[in-house]
Amino acid sequence: MNQSLDIKSLRHQLDSKQGKEFWRSLEELGDNPEFQEYLHKEFPRQAAPLESAVDRRGFLKFLGASLALAGLTACARPLSAAEKVVPYVRQPEEIIPGRPLFFASAISQGGYAEGVLVESHQGRPTKIEGNPDHPASLGKTSAVTQASILGLYDPDRSRSVLQQGSESTWEAFTQAAATALEESGDGTGIRLVTEPITSPTLASQIRAFLAEYPQATWHQLDSFGTAGIYAGTELAFGQPLMPTYNLAEADVIVSFDADFMGDYPGKLRYSVDASSRRRIRNADDGMSRMYVFESTPSIAGAIADHRVPARPSTIIEVMAQIAIGLGIPLGAVPVRTDASVDQSIIDAAIADLDANRGSSAIFVGQYLPPEAQAIAHGINDWLGNVGSTVEYRQPPEGRPVETDELDTLVSAMQADEVTALFMLDVNPVHTAPAGLGFTEALARVPLKAHIGLYADETAQSSDWHVPLAHYLETWGDARAYDGTTTITQPLINPFYGGFSGSQVLAALLGNTEASSYRLLADYWQARVEGQFSSFWRESVYQGIVPGTQSPVESVEATWQSAPVAQLSDLVVNFRPDPSIGDGRWANNGWLQEVPNPFTKLVWDNAALVSAATAEEYGLSNGDVVTISTDSLEIEAPAWILPGQAAGVITLHLGYGREFAGRVGSDIGFNPNRVRPGSAWTAAATMSKTGTTYQLVSTQMHHALEGTGDQRHIVRRGTLEEFQAEPEHPGFVHPVPHHESDLFPDYEYNSYKWGMVIDMNVCTGCNACVVACQSENNIPIVGKDQVAVGREMQWLRIDNYYSGSIDNPEYYHQPMLCQHCEKAPCEPVCPVGATVHDHEGLNVMVYNRCVGTRYCSNNCPFKVRRFNYLQYAELSDTATELSMASNPDVTVRSRGVMEKCTYCTQRISSARITASNENRTIRDGEVITACQAACPTNAIVFGDLNNPDSEIVNHKASPLNYTLFEELNLYARTSYVARVHNRNPEAGEA
Amino acid sequence: MSQIFPPNSNGLIRWLLIGGVVFFILLVSALVMVARTRNNQVGMPVSQPVEFKHSLHAGELGLDCRFCHTSVEVEASAGIPPVETCMGCHSQIRVGAPELAGVQAAWDSDTPIEWNRVHDLPNYVFFNHSAHINSGVGCSSCHGQVDEMAGIWKAETMTMGWCLDCHRAPETQVRPLSEVFNLSYQPPSNQLELGAELVAEYHINSELLPQCSTCHR
Repeated sequence: MNQSLDIKSLRHQLDSKQGKEFWRSLEELGDNPEFQEYLHKEFPRQAAPLESAVDRRGFLKFLGASLALAGLTACARPLSAAEKVVPYVRQPEEIIPGRPLFFASAISQGGYAEGVLVESHQGRPTKIEGNPDHPASLGKTSAVTQASILGLYDPDRSRSVLQQGSESTWEAFTQAAATALEESGDGTGIRLVTEPITSPTLASQIRAFLAEYPQATWHQLDSFGTAGIYAGTELAFGQPLMPTYNLAEADVIVSFDADFMGDYPGKLRYSVDASSRRRIRNADDGMSRMYVFESTPSIAGAIADHRVPARPSTIIEVMAQIAIGLGIPLGAVPVRTDASVDQSIIDAAIADLDANRGSSAIFVGQYLPPEAQAIAHGINDWLGNVGSTVEYRQPPEGRPVETDELDTLVSAMQADEVTALFMLDVNPVHTAPAGLGFTEALARVPLKAHIGLYADETAQSSDWHVPLAHYLETWGDARAYDGTTTITQPLINPFYGGFSGSQVLAALLGNTEASSYRLLADYWQARVEGQFSSFWRESVYQGIVPGTQSPVESVEATWQSAPVAQLSDLVVNFRPDPSIGDGRWANNGWLQEVPNPFTKLVWDNAALVSAATAEEYGLSNGDVVTISTDSLEIEAPAWILPGQAAGVITLHLGYGREFAGRVGSDIGFNPNRVRPGSAWTAAATMSKTGTTYQLVSTQMHHALEGTGDQRHIVRRGTLEEFQAEPEHPGFVHPVPHHESDLFPDYEYNSYKWGMVIDMNVCTGCNACVVACQSENNIPIVGKDQVAVGREMQWLRIDNYYSGSIDNPEYYHQPMLCQHCEKAPCEPVCPVGATVHDHEGLNVMVYNRCVGTRYCSNNCPFKVRRFNYLQYAELSDTATELSMASNPDVTVRSRGVMEKCTYCTQRISSARITASNENRTIRDGEVITACQAACPTNAIVFGDLNNPDSEIVNHKASPLNYTLFEELNLYARTSYVARVHNRNPEAGEA
Repeated sequence: MSQIFPPNSNGLIRWLLIGGVVFFILLVSALVMVARTRNNQVGMPVSQPVEFKHSLHAGELGLDCRFCHTSVEVEASAGIPPVETCMGCHSQIRVGAPELAGVQAAWDSDTPIEWNRVHDLPNYVFFNHSAHINSGVGCSSCHGQVDEMAGIWKAETMTMGWCLDCHRAPETQVRPLSEVFNLSYQPPSNQLELGAELVAEYHINSELLPQCSTCHR
């Protein structure tokens, strides 16, 4: 839907109060004829095929053929070759066929471990949950973690050693490496490139390698800005340290451009802890206060009480003002060059921080310059937060990553100082900023070896490529943000061959035969006191090695100078994509199709601009612009993001891959091509090209009829209102019920399942969406199908805005089948394919469904999904990807309606276990996939008939409400109204 | 005008009608037979790579079902025994017997035996053995008197209608838990009475049983 937008008139409409209290998109605000037409096609996904003219003759032909074929299949049950039952020769003691086992391991994201429990069905990993014992996970997972199971089976992964693109062997590679190392003598000209390494085993191997070859150099490339954190702490305290926070104790959180719930080391832990202080049910519940100053909307900003969009230079000025306001001797108060931030908010933040010394926490973005970060650490120190809410620990890496490691590598390559380059699990040809000239410099290196999961861009430019094993395929270890070490165990033998990083390092040290297990066990055996076997068993089983947390350093902030903000009219932010990161997950269909938390764009990135910038440059969504920095330029489609800071363009990295695989290649553009250097921000200019590009956003898909103001879909108010009057009209909207119902009442005597979703803590991070996709075998459909509204995710997150288009409030509302007790979908099904069960679940009987889609038509929540095409893999053409399927859930075929089942397979499993033990299901025994994943515990599920259950407490809150009550639906899913804990002294942002 | 049909045509018509009815009944019966046997494989022995005799092991020797089908009380799948289970006895008993060549070969070469599936429910049905065993549904209720079968075959159609016969009226089939593994159990004359008592005792939720979500997910 590319429409031209007149931002000035949109502003006018909002100001003159004819605008809406809640709105979903700029197009909706504009309300022009094109948009009306779009809306009237209530089901664009059904209209699409009719528009692509199939003539009557062709239609009849298809109709006839399909009837004839249907007749054939009815003749007899297809006597396919008899299915085989293949039992073990020797059955492992712990395996009972049909019962999954869970193994503790850890996924490493940008180097930092997050503990996971991997579900394995007789040796086939199918699903990932968080490890509740792991400090960085606490049982929670991110969308990326959930999707990593699909990456394991990805048929595009590299399967063999390649030399100049043709198949070779491990022996040949190790021989070539050994020759190069021998020729170098003491390692002169040898370079090892990795991502930040927290693995103690790998780090010790690298140290041994550097000891063996003292002239060799090790470079760590940092894709998620960790180097910035160390540069900041080094400036503040004189040594690189990792800040770790205890947000459960923080009454005030102030974030300066840090997405501490989205891409900061420890993000899951911080999501759990911060949300624990924002879950409000009763008027006497306390609540923390969150200030977020940010240049581009982040998921932490989405739930903040005060979210202030500002360009990075302004954020630095605000930070300095706050520091000075608190009494830190930074010098004179800087005169702000940009008055877009209301002084009252700054004063309110100063007052709140002053009043909460020792119980506040300051986050600072790793993408800001170190001088700015040092101020924030200084504030933490000044306020006495260090030791209570913030601790500074030794970095978990083998060596803390530095900001200029790529720069020094490139200069060495340009000076022909590099004779052999070993690139382990990095893809610098894609991720290196074009301004550095990495690719050109790489061509000058005589021996280039790439070790990675895919034969990616770097592999294409290298002489050697060695397939790397997936983290679920190999033994290893990794440390979390706070240093806690996990021994990662393999769930399956390397599926496509593949070697581990430690095997490659061992080969470089001359041991080409070593197994990952041996290397790992040897490392730990040398370091464990006492009995090794019990240490090993316990550590592997628990998923954490006890006593490995990094030591806390006592610190004193010494940095005391206000930074000089670099000001330019337009700056570009380069940020890892919230779904596919720096591009390493680009070939993962689940992550490509999960909508971006704010833009709801799928299968693309865009140049995100604010409404003000769009107004200035005359942009509408999808207009292609040229962005230039220094001598570089790139064309990118623009997307207007309400709440983006004016004068800031955000480009998400990771797209524009050339050799990602069948899923991820040739999608979007690569912002690194316009990135002048390793800095995450650059001054830029922009011009409109006049062409447009079709971006697909799901923002207006499955829109509920009538936005918040008419039907109170979103309810909100302030903490003061709630405390003064719990039944405040902002939270409670009495609606007229029709006295009589069409449906008879039914008494639910056994279990009565229900769900509560807390809008106070939902950040829109998408973990639940991907968890649902993984649990319920939900297919992906591709950009073209999403464009006509045929995405299949059972759980979507609706995005509502309120307020101005420059700084709106965000409301994320996870929307899934509401399991109405009197469900409108049921009576319209002509074949009884959707019916109610006695526990109140609205169930779909796939084999009865004939695909009339009446149910979807009649669903007020638009949560039903129809298989227009054969999206799921059929058994005879299935690729390895189908091995990621959950065996407890039916795989649906074309022509079948499907939707959220409240994870009925998990309920059934708990019910059978309980009944076998002759008891009832305990509270907390059934945990839905979305609930298990949710990092902020926003989703609670349970039995409404059990008075002791957690959910009954939640439902009793005055903030609890169900949607569309006036329709007498009696939905089992309800929401908790949003409560803002604003500082009354602060004006509007 | 003379009559078209002679008087004896009345008799012909009568016989045709009767014959038609008989033919129809025969046709339906034949179709049912085909449906139950060829289509549903009821009573049709399934050939196996090893000629295992349930009649010998479960019948004459009196081995309990659970000796081999170990997970039947705890999991959805009853479990097909690994070769190791066979070899537990046959490394001592009848070593080298020709009938056991397949087992010995599997053991020696460490390759599993590929048995042909006898009871193949559609993939959208999620049957659970443990739920039935722990609720007093006997093995023989569905599998017949396996201890008398020389080979192995389906004893019942295992169609959805057949499942629902019991799921709608569990009291007709439920037996005391002590009798679940008794393959020659005969229901007592007061089955309905006893069944109703057992349904209450085992907390069988008759309301739940016929629900779609009980078996389909």
